[in-house]
Amino acid sequence: MRSLQELLAEHPFFAGLDEDTVGMLVGCARNVHYRPGEYLFRQGDPADRFFVVRRGRVALDVHGPGRTEMVVDTVDEGGVVGWSWLVPPYRWFFDARATQEVSAVAVDASCLRDKCDQDPALGYALMQRVAGVMYQRLQSARIRLLDLYGTDRAG
Amino acid sequence: MPVDVADPATAAADALLPRPFRVVANRRETSDTVTLELEPLDGDGLAFAAGQFTMLQAFGVGEVPISISGDPARPGLLVHTIRDVGGVTRALCAAEVGDVLGARGPYGRGWGVSDARGGDVVVVAGGIGLAPLRAAVLEVVRARSGFGRVHVLYGARTEDDLLFGDDLEEWAAEPDTEVAVIVDRAATSWPGRVGLVTELVRAAAFDAPRTLALVCGPEVMMRFVGAELTARGVPASQVRLSLERNMRCGVGLCGHCQLREYLLCVDGPVLSLDAVRPQLGIREL
Repeated sequence: MRSLQELLAEHPFFAGLDEDTVGMLVGCARNVHYRPGEYLFRQGDPADRFFVVRRGRVALDVHGPGRTEMVVDTVDEGGVVGWSWLVPPYRWFFDARATQEVSAVAVDASCLRDKCDQDPALGYALMQRVAGVMYQRLQSARIRLLDLYGTDRAG
Repeated sequence: MPVDVADPATAAADALLPRPFRVVANRRETSDTVTLELEPLDGDGLAFAAGQFTMLQAFGVGEVPISISGDPARPGLLVHTIRDVGGVTRALCAAEVGDVLGARGPYGRGWGVSDARGGDVVVVAGGIGLAPLRAAVLEVVRARSGFGRVHVLYGARTEDDLLFGDDLEEWAAEPDTEVAVIVDRAATSWPGRVGLVTELVRAAAFDAPRTLALVCGPEVMMRFVGAELTARGVPASQVRLSLERNMRCGVGLCGHCQLREYLLCVDGPVLSLDAVRPQLGIREL
């Protein structure tokens, strides 16, 4: 059985963090597992943690009255789910649903924010990583807005 | 094979004459896309290289360039996968078994699949772009032991827009072969990935310096995929793109398909990223 320290250290999201820093994060983390169809969180719930996906696939669903529920993104092994814990009002904007057996490390948001407040270097290192994830998701969403696979050519 | 245009007048006389082909199958792939199987009326098969195209004609309606999606090892069966996007393609998609269509070609330079022998192959397709790549994958699969790891990475708008579902399953069953599919958006019943095809490139395991990447899809997509592949370490000279312009004659005479110094019908449609990267960044070109 691998320790939380090892699991976090080998996850791409934490690549480059030294052993002591990862050790600080371990205090805020715990292992979690979800079966297919189970929700990691639901839209509107308090965003009190984020998830480092070790195995499986998580779908981010959006729903609204009168509209069919849709998957707008998926996160696989090596990815991270959730950044609403960083931004007030700290509420989830989407549902996160396991589509396969999911093993993840859940990191407590309040605990982590406290550590970041005490150690700005840690806060900066984490913000760089979260910003990287947000940048990729934003680019992905923007490029998909182009409806790439539609046709712009008649013939 | 590319047409010799040293004597344009002679070349034009032969190369502009369509040959009659009979439709032997019309298979619906998606709501707007069909695959036609055609046999030559004169019995002479049409030998082609993966990545080449023909000028396909619905008599009395018009002619359009369509990539060949069939198996290069079966020249007796001309296979085209066609999306209904206008008058001519609508007529082609509506062709019934027994109808006769015209075809000229094959034209252009193909993927050069054999250049990948001994190394890894990464095939990246977007939407209808899987059609010309199907011929390349079939060639690789037929000589599977001659290549290293093979990745077929395929992006589509939705699950309903996915082509060649049976092929994707068969390819995935090949040894050391990964088939990964991603869609832009999906119903919650979809168990697969949702996102951008570049994410598949990022996640794939391949030996970048020894990889030949074959990419086909909308040009914007190919720009992003090319950037991701080179960021992963694949040399731009080993990233090949299939480009589309307004091809008319198919033999380098009319100039409609010119992309700066290239006439895509004879110099392409497959060109390496290092050759066309500057052009891809120019607006309206």
